[in-house]
Amino acid sequence: MAESAPLLRMKKITKTFPGVTALSDVDFDLRRGEVHALMGENGAGKSTLIKVLTGVERQDMGRIELEGKPVLAKNPHHAQELGISTVYQEINLCPNLSVAENIFIGREPSRFGAIKWRMVNARAEQALDRLDVRVDVTQSLGSYSVAIQQMVAIARALDISARVLVLDEPTSSLAANEVEKLFQVMRKLKEEGLGIVFITHFLDQTYEISDRITVLRHGELVGCYETALLPRLELVSKIVGKELDNLDDVSQLRNSSAKHVSTETLVQARGLGRKGSVKPFDLDLNAGEVLGFAGLLGSGRTEATRLLFGIDSPDSGTLMIDGEEVRRFSPLQFIRRGVGLCPEDRNADGLVDDLTVRENIVLALQSSRGWLRHIPRRQQYEIADKYIEALDIATPSADQTVKNLSGGNKQKVILARWLATDPRILILDEPTRGIDIGTKTEIQKLVISLAEEGKAIVFISSELDEVIRCSHRVKVLREREVVTELVGDEVEEGRIMRAIAGGWEQ
Amino acid sequence: MNLLKELRERAGNSKLTWPLVALLTIMLFNLFYRPEFFSIEVKEGHLFGSLIDILNRGAPLMLLSLGMTLVIATGGIDLSVGPVVAIAGATAAYLIGHGTHGQDITNTPLPLVILAALLIATAGGLWNGLLVSRVGLQPIIATLILMTAGRGIAQLITEGQILTVYYSPYHYIGLGHLLALPFTVFVVAAVFLLFWFLTRRTALGLFIESIGVNDSASFYSGISEKNVKLLVYTLSGFCAGIAGLIVSSEIKSADANNAGLWFELDAILAVVLGGTSLDGGRFSLAGSILGALIIQSLTTTIYSVGVPPEVIMVVKAMVIMAVILLQSKRFRQAFKPIIGAFLSLTRRGRSLLRTTRLPSGESASE
Repeated sequence: MAESAPLLRMKKITKTFPGVTALSDVDFDLRRGEVHALMGENGAGKSTLIKVLTGVERQDMGRIELEGKPVLAKNPHHAQELGISTVYQEINLCPNLSVAENIFIGREPSRFGAIKWRMVNARAEQALDRLDVRVDVTQSLGSYSVAIQQMVAIARALDISARVLVLDEPTSSLAANEVEKLFQVMRKLKEEGLGIVFITHFLDQTYEISDRITVLRHGELVGCYETALLPRLELVSKIVGKELDNLDDVSQLRNSSAKHVSTETLVQARGLGRKGSVKPFDLDLNAGEVLGFAGLLGSGRTEATRLLFGIDSPDSGTLMIDGEEVRRFSPLQFIRRGVGLCPEDRNADGLVDDLTVRENIVLALQSSRGWLRHIPRRQQYEIADKYIEALDIATPSADQTVKNLSGGNKQKVILARWLATDPRILILDEPTRGIDIGTKTEIQKLVISLAEEGKAIVFISSELDEVIRCSHRVKVLREREVVTELVGDEVEEGRIMRAIAGGWEQ
Repeated sequence: MNLLKELRERAGNSKLTWPLVALLTIMLFNLFYRPEFFSIEVKEGHLFGSLIDILNRGAPLMLLSLGMTLVIATGGIDLSVGPVVAIAGATAAYLIGHGTHGQDITNTPLPLVILAALLIATAGGLWNGLLVSRVGLQPIIATLILMTAGRGIAQLITEGQILTVYYSPYHYIGLGHLLALPFTVFVVAAVFLLFWFLTRRTALGLFIESIGVNDSASFYSGISEKNVKLLVYTLSGFCAGIAGLIVSSEIKSADANNAGLWFELDAILAVVLGGTSLDGGRFSLAGSILGALIIQSLTTTIYSVGVPPEVIMVVKAMVIMAVILLQSKRFRQAFKPIIGAFLSLTRRGRSLLRTTRLPSGESASE
């Protein structure tokens, strides 16, 4: 990083949100003509770093220099004027407008208030030409493929003045050949001297396109590496936060609870799968057992839980719960069979944030009883208070609106919702994501003690450490497929990481 | 003192406070400008007067806004209630009058007439519910279909005529009296109680609010959001059916073109005035009743004060705008000084009241 001043330098960036430190002392730099991959699991701080860079959030501490001069973007528009352009994961364009309109919306060249359409179209063609894309710019954007839409989003982001381009998971919705096309464009822009920040969780793509990799974890910088010099396995270990030679501290908790695992099979899946979601897999889960799912973000672990809770219907295979085959896939059916799910995205799929703590806690129990068998108010308070105390939920009262709670307490409310239904099978998808360390440990202990009570648990976490500490068995997923299952002493970092990395380097 | 403080806090938190303030303001206006507004006479054992009139004439709107409240609470909207009012009225008038040649008799027994009208209106609601919950249309589009088609259906039933109802027992629904009060008051009360029971004594209210706030999370929690949505649209159709019976009974005829015209918009307005957000979530049935009463008493007041007909709509719009602004927290904060002055005035008035009522040393200090 020596020669000349880098194109972009972020120094000691710190950003805290109420209850969480999203970034602490993170350094990042970007050279001209470089593709720099930014990697890390959920809650690592990738998106916060980008938000600080593009002016969506303001850092608490630290400075940003662009070509040696300190800059501070006030908002994304200002960032773009400074030369920092971003293409977000979800393409936020208007499918019903034309391609040209999408590229120039909000900054159309005009004279006396009338838009000069000929100029708009000509410039749009030029902008796309730069990316080697040739389409009819007067057609509506929606009539083109996702890949083209992505290019249009990039064309829109790339003003003449753009010097830094941020691509936030641009490939997650693209097919393989479309990804290749995107990479061609990235290489071309690279040659023009642009610096590209590439956020992705696909290892293959990182190795194909990037020059350097910066890894974040828990809001802290793990390190910045030359891609060519960093073995895949080591990268995985950096992302999940375990050094390979540090393999000894296998959990006491798990070993002590292993004797509780019974032979009673509660869940049995055979060839369960869904096209475009997760490839067919087998699964057996016994009472008193914790089954971990390990895999990077996007590996299919969440998709698998959607099948196990009836959010999605499988298009192949069978699922038996408690010896009975499930035919109708809806959450209600699964709740009535004693299954509960804490979803990965607790704000979107878990919390009903304008309702009170009490209402959120009784929701699943009430829906499993049906709307006619109303839980009397007094009993609702009893249930809510019981779990507020048992899980130590910090809230002034059961009547507090849930959106006013902190992240950890919100998660506890959702846990309480499921515990109130007294489930026999509990699926926890990232139950500790974005939660402070103290609460994290509490939840891990809760998982173990629930298993000891004879519940069967599916435990998913981006943190390998946590999966290993809690699980009796671990299924490893990679690219929407269950690649292996590890039992007992096989549950250790080395094996899991090799399975995640794809086993090239053994 | 603590009790009062708590009361004030509750009033500050309650959604009913501002609609109540608006309604009282309209009443206060009448108290100063037209004291006879409050006079209630007894004629032939029935109560008569502007207040009774508001209750009676507001009945259809109150019914529609009850149904609309639940729909809006799930995050939806029902534009079809006006035309459904016309369909229900047309059905009833047709079944009664068909082939009776203007005599005071009915072609179909009255209970059957009522049942049929309610059934067809409820079926209309069910249709909306199916389009929204099963076909997945956006509520505004789904109900727009019946809004457009509904008047046509009513026309088909009445064969393009205004059907006059000569059968006098039918007139009782909209014009009759029970225990000195208009019969419609009891109808509204019964439907209100039914809805209140459905939503507050079963889990339906919780489900509706949960869906309105976050339907994905509700689905994950096992709530059959599709069935709940189906139900609320069906209930809204049912309410429109009752309103249709009242309207056609009141004017002793079924007018496919004009019965319930623009009622859907008034009903939406009543719900919003009552403090239920169009975004869905928390709802208040009592608030919607208050909202409907605000609209009806405003209309009655404007007419009786003698506002020139050509500016009636403008006056109405201005008052409603004021009421809605009053409900907005941001507006209240921006205009705190003015409202603060207004409040301190009322507070002084209230403390004056209190000292006169409680002479036993209870001080008026705040």
